[in-house]
Amino acid sequence: MLKDQDRIFQNLYNDMGSDVTSAQKRGDWVKTKEITDKGRDWIINEIKDSQLRGRGGAGFPTGLKWSFAPKEVGSRPHYLVINGDESEPGTCKDRDILRFEPHKLIEGCLIASYAVQAHVCYIYIRGEYFVDGQKLQRAIDEAYEKNLLGKNAAGTGWDLDIYIHYGAGAYICGEETALLESIEGKKGQPRLKPPFPALIGLYGCPTIINNVETIAVVPTILRRGGKWFASLGREKNTGTKIFCVSGNVNTPCNVEEEMSIPLKELIEVHAGGVIGGWDNLQAVIPGGSSMPLIPKDKCETLTMDFDSLMAEKSGLGTAGIVVINKDQDIIKCMARIARFYKHESCGQCTPCREGSGWMWRMLERMARGEASQDEVDMLGDVTKQIEGHTICAFGEGSSWPVQGLLRHFSKEIKKRNKFDPIVKEKKNIPYLVDQHLLDKNA
Amino acid sequence: MSLRRPAKNQPESFEFSPSSLEAANSIVAKYPKGKQQSAVMALLYIAQRQNNNWIPLAAMKFIAKFLDMPYIKVYEVATFYTMYNLSPVGEYFVQVCTTTPCMIRGANKLVEACKEKISENENELSKNKSCSWMEVECLGACVNAPMMQINDDYFEDLNKEKTLKILDKILNGEAPTPGSYRGRVNNEPENNRKTLMDFKNA
Repeated sequence: MLKDQDRIFQNLYNDMGSDVTSAQKRGDWVKTKEITDKGRDWIINEIKDSQLRGRGGAGFPTGLKWSFAPKEVGSRPHYLVINGDESEPGTCKDRDILRFEPHKLIEGCLIASYAVQAHVCYIYIRGEYFVDGQKLQRAIDEAYEKNLLGKNAAGTGWDLDIYIHYGAGAYICGEETALLESIEGKKGQPRLKPPFPALIGLYGCPTIINNVETIAVVPTILRRGGKWFASLGREKNTGTKIFCVSGNVNTPCNVEEEMSIPLKELIEVHAGGVIGGWDNLQAVIPGGSSMPLIPKDKCETLTMDFDSLMAEKSGLGTAGIVVINKDQDIIKCMARIARFYKHESCGQCTPCREGSGWMWRMLERMARGEASQDEVDMLGDVTKQIEGHTICAFGEGSSWPVQGLLRHFSKEIKKRNKFDPIVKEKKNIPYLVDQHLLDKNA
Repeated sequence: MSLRRPAKNQPESFEFSPSSLEAANSIVAKYPKGKQQSAVMALLYIAQRQNNNWIPLAAMKFIAKFLDMPYIKVYEVATFYTMYNLSPVGEYFVQVCTTTPCMIRGANKLVEACKEKISENENELSKNKSCSWMEVECLGACVNAPMMQINDDYFEDLNKEKTLKILDKILNGEAPTPGSYRGRVNNEPENNRKTLMDFKNA
């Protein structure tokens, strides 16, 4: 288990209060100027050395992303945008950072803004987190009072203003370009890439977009060194991560642990074990609802990081772990996830708009045992038609969980679904046009 | 699902109250000059708060003028995002999360409780006209499942009895305390904490 002093979010459970004084006691805002004095290149290199990968789902290397920002500020200003539109089912880590460690996030915003030369930073929070957003706003106000933000923020000589922008209940706004559209006051429909936001983003200006957790770990990495962060976890999957363990476990919780921790340890030690014992485990969704589920036999040895989950044809995503035990109907669970995606599709691309509804309706019928055996393959085909044929990754996000179900539980589906649409006996169905053919065969 | 169809009975006009106007002006100031359209989401939300939790068409027209943008663009935004109610809802607006992580921990019991206490169908006012409820998608408190949101507040770690009690309170016009209903502290593992122990005891 990770040592307590190596945990970045010391106040994850709010033992100490989230105000600026207690945050400073924990080491936030201490000598921020010394960090920025070392220069942009040093900051970006240190983040590259730490091998920090984005915590929002895609796992893109953060240092590399920052280096895409233009070196010189031209006629257009640069922006930093923080993605706190946490809506992936199974994920609730950013909420705890917003309420209990807001100063880690704000200090991270200052350092990141300095590194990418932005003077304005927008933090996009999902509308449902209104109360948590207000807590963050209080922390921002405190920071302004203490001159940690505004002109010459924290004595670094850099001017920075941070504003909160609330979403209004659209999952798709977690996609970075949809989020930009939303900040611009439009409906959240993703943009085509390229151009990438690093060059043409918010209001057509260079914009760097990072997840809340990614930015909140930055100050600690720079204080303790990229090498320290890289020494945790394993190559290319370094550092610590907040895991959210929910579902059929005895003590569901958020916990910060080392990357590459065995899944079994997370569930057995922190989450108090599966309800009904480990043998009652059916499957685990490892990284938020859009990641394909993993059946029990693989959970024994699975380690939680980007690459090892990729090898299992799944992904770490947001590290929102949903544990499903044998008391649950796995097809029903996936049908509910499909309904979520049907509800949240923005409607821009046809494969996703129509396909997400097809998948939901087929899965609902499969859960009731009203589908035919052929439809199992047909469902697989529908997922393939969506995946890769949409503007944003939502298409993959909605089809992967269904593919995961088909990969590991198609036997189960076929066992339950034996509906045969072909009428083999004489039934005298009035609207059956070819009744005469049946009569002949009989 | 959500109330995306504008209500039949619409008020004739809408205007920001002085406090709303002040809030609206401070929000417009957050965005660069000429980009005031960015404020439309926040302004719709202010209008919703001012107008008993729903947005009439007149408010959209007012906001369009206020931000100097086409009315249809405001309408587009208001109908796209699910948190804008385009028809009246109860003063206490109950949203029950029923997405998979909540579902497998018994969110359907919460829905049953709402049906018993508030109304048989979603988006219907209760008998005393003060509450309505609906099923929503993931509210992002999965480790506290099952949970529901009443207006701004989260009510977590629920079961049917506790939900019934909360609903009784709001039907009587009392404000129930938000947070966990199993007495757990934030998102820590209940009675099973193994990390950051020094601070717990401090």
